[in-house]
Amino acid sequence: MNNSLWSDALFRLSKNRAAMFGGFILILLIICAALAPWIAPYSYSYQNLSLGASPPSADHILGTDVLGRDLLSRILYGARISLLVGFVATGVALIIGVSWGIIAGYIGGRVDSIMMRIVDILYGLPFIIFIILLMVIFGRNLWLLFGAIGAVEWLTMARIVRGQVIGLKNQEFVMAAKAMGVSNISMFRRHLLPNILGPIAVYATLTIPQVMLLEGFLSFLGLGIQPPMSSWGTLIKDGVESMEEFSWLLIYPGITFTITLFALNFFGDGLRDALDPKTSDN
Amino acid sequence: MIAIFFRRILVAIPVLLAVASITFFLIKIAPGGPFDADKAVSPQVLKNLNEAYNLDASNWEQYVDYMSGLLRGDLGPSFRFPGRSVTEMIATGLPVTFELAFYAILIALVMGIFSGVLAALKRNTFLDFIPMAVAMIGICVPTFLMGPLLVLIFGINLEILPVSGWGQLPGDKILPSLTLGFAYAAYIARLSRGGMLEVLNQDFIRTARAKGLTERMVVIKHAMQGGLIPVVSFLGPAIAGLLAGSFVVETIFQIPGLGRFYVEAAFNRDYTMILGTTIFFSAMIVFFNLMSDLAALWLNPRSRDVS
Repeated sequence: MNNSLWSDALFRLSKNRAAMFGGFILILLIICAALAPWIAPYSYSYQNLSLGASPPSADHILGTDVLGRDLLSRILYGARISLLVGFVATGVALIIGVSWGIIAGYIGGRVDSIMMRIVDILYGLPFIIFIILLMVIFGRNLWLLFGAIGAVEWLTMARIVRGQVIGLKNQEFVMAAKAMGVSNISMFRRHLLPNILGPIAVYATLTIPQVMLLEGFLSFLGLGIQPPMSSWGTLIKDGVESMEEFSWLLIYPGITFTITLFALNFFGDGLRDALDPKTSDN
Repeated sequence: MIAIFFRRILVAIPVLLAVASITFFLIKIAPGGPFDADKAVSPQVLKNLNEAYNLDASNWEQYVDYMSGLLRGDLGPSFRFPGRSVTEMIATGLPVTFELAFYAILIALVMGIFSGVLAALKRNTFLDFIPMAVAMIGICVPTFLMGPLLVLIFGINLEILPVSGWGQLPGDKILPSLTLGFAYAAYIARLSRGGMLEVLNQDFIRTARAKGLTERMVVIKHAMQGGLIPVVSFLGPAIAGLLAGSFVVETIFQIPGLGRFYVEAAFNRDYTMILGTTIFFSAMIVFFNLMSDLAALWLNPRSRDVS
């Protein structure tokens, strides 16, 4: 049953041209990011100061920045940081959200209402401010950034997973497993988790662009990734500072960032429609 | 309704007190004092400064002091701007930020509801596809890119609108408000389209049509009231987003609002200012969430009867 669910979904996904295109762009980006040290024409820190900011040319396809660094290479290396933040922080959010949701949904009763109450309360707080606060207090550290963003984005995931688990809890196969004395841990791993993978996958795909936006936002304010490392957010920030004379420094990183967000959103929407055909009408 | 309102307020007060306490102690464990800046100060000056700002008291005394000040609306002095209190700075920046947020939300509501409702009514025609494609762009182009791009086009290339400022040059409020409003217009367009589609298929709409009401009456009087509930519940969380957006927009356009003060305070490690604004923002967001939840409850006749 599980297999046919996924193969049906895969079939529907392959019919969705926007989603396939999104997925193709994503795979391309991930490959480019992974191979950046080998395919980038220059190192991200290689400076040709005498060149300065130069418009796109044969030597530098996307031009160079004010320090004479090749923009294409910097975008490729920036992809590593931006995608890394997107995936790792989403992973953190996933771990917290899924465990929280499974525990609340499976145990139920008072534990559930207290745990979900906490989620409700946290929902109402301005988390962006707390991330800024943490970055200010503990310094602008990449790992802290992963943790802080992940710690913010898990709330919706917890709600989704809890809803799914409550739906599953009263089904016969779960009761049968319980009656056979399956331990809680293997109940989660063997019986609950595989059945809620679909919604988790969908929501995770849609969380990645949100996380990347958040990282871009922080880096744009100068509170995220610090030099010499650069993400697309910092490239856009640098681009804005010199856009009056050297507009390509804003435009190319901006286009890359936007296309990536488009690809992730299209792919996520397509995945949702493929796994849950009921919602594809909206 | 009233019972729900008071219950929510009762939960909100301890939550805000907890936020204030956690933020206070987080800042206490932050490495480095507020006065070890670039230029070294003599030990005597440092001692006097610490005394003046009550930093030589124990953490607990400072906490009690701060919290009792908080209850009176006194957020303490700013560390970086001697002689100015945090409350005063919030009072200066707030009207500007509110004005910006007001224009942005107005733009978002007008553009978003209009195109969303239109898209739902003309489903699967190009009046549906085009606004929804634009909305997708609005969601995928972040504020910190949209702002500079608008400046580049309208301010630098076309030279028809000022590139920065607030209330100094004619038309300088247009670009910031558009930048901030556009992303929300996109969300609202999608939400109102979805909400309207759901409502338009329901029986009471068929009844209204069968009664012989004009299509305009059916849409405005019957469908929109229910179809726009998702938009109303979105407005609360949107305020929180607007706040974050105001950090970016006020930085790009150099607007002297609360958002820019906050970002500057974060850079300057102006701890009392960070503490004060964090508490203030939290209170504001909790309040707006409450308001939008209540409005959504009130608009939905089913939940109105139950409570």
